[in-house]
Amino acid sequence: MATPVLDKVEADSAASPYITATFRIRRFNPEVSDAAVWEDFTVEIDPKERVLDALHKIKWELDGTLTFRRSCAHGICGSDAMRINGRNRLACKTLIKDLSPEKPITVEPIKGLTVLKDLIVDMEPFFQAYRDVMPFLVTEGNEPTRERLQSAEDRERFDDTTKCILCAACTSSCPVFWNDGQYFGPAAIVNAHRFIFDSRDEAGEQRLEILNDKDGVWRCRTTFNCTDACPRGIEVTKAIAEVKKALITRRY
Amino acid sequence: MKIHKYDTVIVGAGGAGMRAAIESTKRSRTAVLTKLYPTRSHTGAAQGGMAAALANVEEDNWEWHTFDTIKGGDYLVDQDAAEILAKEAIDAVLDLEKMGLPFNRTPDGTIDQRRFGGHSRSHGEAPVRRACYAADRTGHMILQTLYQNCVKEGVEFFNEFYVLDQLIVEEDGVKKSAGVVAFELATGEIHIFQAKAVVYASGGTGKFFKVTSNAHTLTGDGQAACFRRGLPLEDMEFFQFHPTGIWRMGILLTEGARGEGGILRNKDGERFMEKYAPVMKDLASRDVVSRAIYTEIREGRGCGPEGDHVYLDLTHLPPEQLDAKLPDITEFARTYLGIEPYTDPIPIQPTAHYAMGGIPTNVEGEVLADNDTVVPGLYAAGEVACVSVHGANRLGTNSLLDINVFGRRSGIAAAEYSAKHDFVELPENPAAFVEEQVEMLRDSTGTERVSEIRKELQETMDANVMVFRTEQTIKTAVEKIAELRKRYKNVSVQDKGKRFNTDLLEAIELGNLLDLAEVMATSALARKESRGGHYREDFPNRDDVNFMRHTMAYREVGDDGAESIRLDYKPVVTTRYQPMERKY
Repeated sequence: MATPVLDKVEADSAASPYITATFRIRRFNPEVSDAAVWEDFTVEIDPKERVLDALHKIKWELDGTLTFRRSCAHGICGSDAMRINGRNRLACKTLIKDLSPEKPITVEPIKGLTVLKDLIVDMEPFFQAYRDVMPFLVTEGNEPTRERLQSAEDRERFDDTTKCILCAACTSSCPVFWNDGQYFGPAAIVNAHRFIFDSRDEAGEQRLEILNDKDGVWRCRTTFNCTDACPRGIEVTKAIAEVKKALITRRY
Repeated sequence: MKIHKYDTVIVGAGGAGMRAAIESTKRSRTAVLTKLYPTRSHTGAAQGGMAAALANVEEDNWEWHTFDTIKGGDYLVDQDAAEILAKEAIDAVLDLEKMGLPFNRTPDGTIDQRRFGGHSRSHGEAPVRRACYAADRTGHMILQTLYQNCVKEGVEFFNEFYVLDQLIVEEDGVKKSAGVVAFELATGEIHIFQAKAVVYASGGTGKFFKVTSNAHTLTGDGQAACFRRGLPLEDMEFFQFHPTGIWRMGILLTEGARGEGGILRNKDGERFMEKYAPVMKDLASRDVVSRAIYTEIREGRGCGPEGDHVYLDLTHLPPEQLDAKLPDITEFARTYLGIEPYTDPIPIQPTAHYAMGGIPTNVEGEVLADNDTVVPGLYAAGEVACVSVHGANRLGTNSLLDINVFGRRSGIAAAEYSAKHDFVELPENPAAFVEEQVEMLRDSTGTERVSEIRKELQETMDANVMVFRTEQTIKTAVEKIAELRKRYKNVSVQDKGKRFNTDLLEAIELGNLLDLAEVMATSALARKESRGGHYREDFPNRDDVNFMRHTMAYREVGDDGAESIRLDYKPVVTTRYQPMERKY
């Protein structure tokens, strides 16, 4: 077997990696002022680092009052969705080099949810919509002793929507949601989809009725913002379309 | 200050906390206090699988699983607990499936299983397929499934409530739990939760290392709260270094990658694990593989210009297999390293991963005040606890199992305790300690920065108490930690506000990390042997005569107010397996 070689990383690590980048951050703290303002921070940073690393550098070295949520730092926990250069992304999954760092990089809270402080928004309406679609397996009759059987094909049918990490990047990128917070939003529909198309589940009809509501799937205008925003690569718009189709045909 | 009363309070909403909450909510009025939103827990970062001898794809049984767990833990495992873990594993997996977890399936439609490090057929003969999995996001699916079932059961959550103190009251000479004190992040308000039973499920403490797979929020808050109140911490010197973290970043790349056939290679392209573990090779237990990697690096066979990493090679596996079985970790390599795992090997190094030690409990999850005495009304489960099912080294896939088996057990036990007992009266000024701590940090005009002390702590831990340790390196760490603890008294925060003061929280978390780092280093210094994850170059052999016993560390405060750590020891529970030399 050939010896694996890895020239690219080895070459990169030898050169001095740092650049100077400006982060233009939307600041808001009602304890201080009712108005939100933009504030610029300039840091020396390796462009291969994440936007989250830059936010930490700012918080830890320049301004401890900068406030944001984060936890896992590698795109799994869903804490740090924010609007970076006008697009919803996870700060921990966005590398600085991919953002044209020669210009100021803007960072602001996700839209459509009330801003509480700096990049922190009120997540409650988002989670309420999620809870409203019955996001759990519903079965009838006696439980089997062993596991329920499910073919690999049936399991594959809803695989894409099981990836959701509830970060709200999709819902808060949706123009319908911005205009009317009553809309369930893409994330709740994705999580309904995950159960509607699970062969083991028996509450598909109920979930479809919930989504048939005036604030349900029919509000979707297929702008694809949600699909573009999803850090997990879920085909969100497609999932919503499948739910719409299931409502018409009552087959799923 | 607000006072709340609940039968049962659960601290933490990761896998163990939510598994406990599902049971406890059915039986008692329960509140879950969590510093993060429930689905943000680091359980979600677990990838490879959950062990259970379902025997869906090949012959297997829980007795083999018990043996592997004990051997993997280098005989520091309490064998009665390991037997419960392996036996109840089967129902734990089936329960999750019934709750809706979308496991990968076999062609027959049953739950599929794959190989994982240290799990073997017939007491070490060959690797066995025991890990039940959902692609390489098994932890994510467990966390989502448990949260979904919490929604179904109507579990009451207090999100972004940070528990800062454990209330212990002495009644008739017995230490009892009266409740907890929590800090509400949104408002800065302090809340007292009086509870008949409290369950700690607040996770690990990996953030005292620099290169770690752990989340920023894993700062040992539960361990520190109990330790400060005079309760012991068990086996804190045992920390697991996962062999395959992304080079320099520490992000986890699952052992499932090697379970699917991935191979570790040094700069010469050699499959070096054949030298260290002729039978299990790349699937030897994690402590063995991590030491092998560092041995290769030290002997000049590491990769890169600085020779400071090795490769995880997946290039011989078909892209379809990587897409189906390892989609997340291959994406991590693309996102964070710009590497295409179809064609290029991935640079990796061991990463601080898991605390085997923690708050000592018995198999019902009851917290121990010493070697035998239970603290009535106090429970712990998951990484925060030490049952001990992991001993000196945890096997991969046994932690997702642990949180489900012992999360469930402690949830039931706590709720049953609440049903039979009354509230313990709160101490006078229950919030006094927390108020003082918060005010001191918020009002301090000191000159030390939280981030600087944390950075120095992480650097000394990586340099001195990681995979290889000696008396000299550990002493260096002990001295450095003492210096940092002194400087911590002079730390200040910039954010003086009440609303979402994460600056203040980071300062509190650092205090917890410093306390626990000191316990870890002190416990490691006294253990003059090598066992599992604790490897002493000056004592390279296991010493069953003097050290086949658990370390129990206690915080002592002298008459002059000086703090110190007292070490004691607890016997290991041995049932049917006598210690043998550990070979893979």
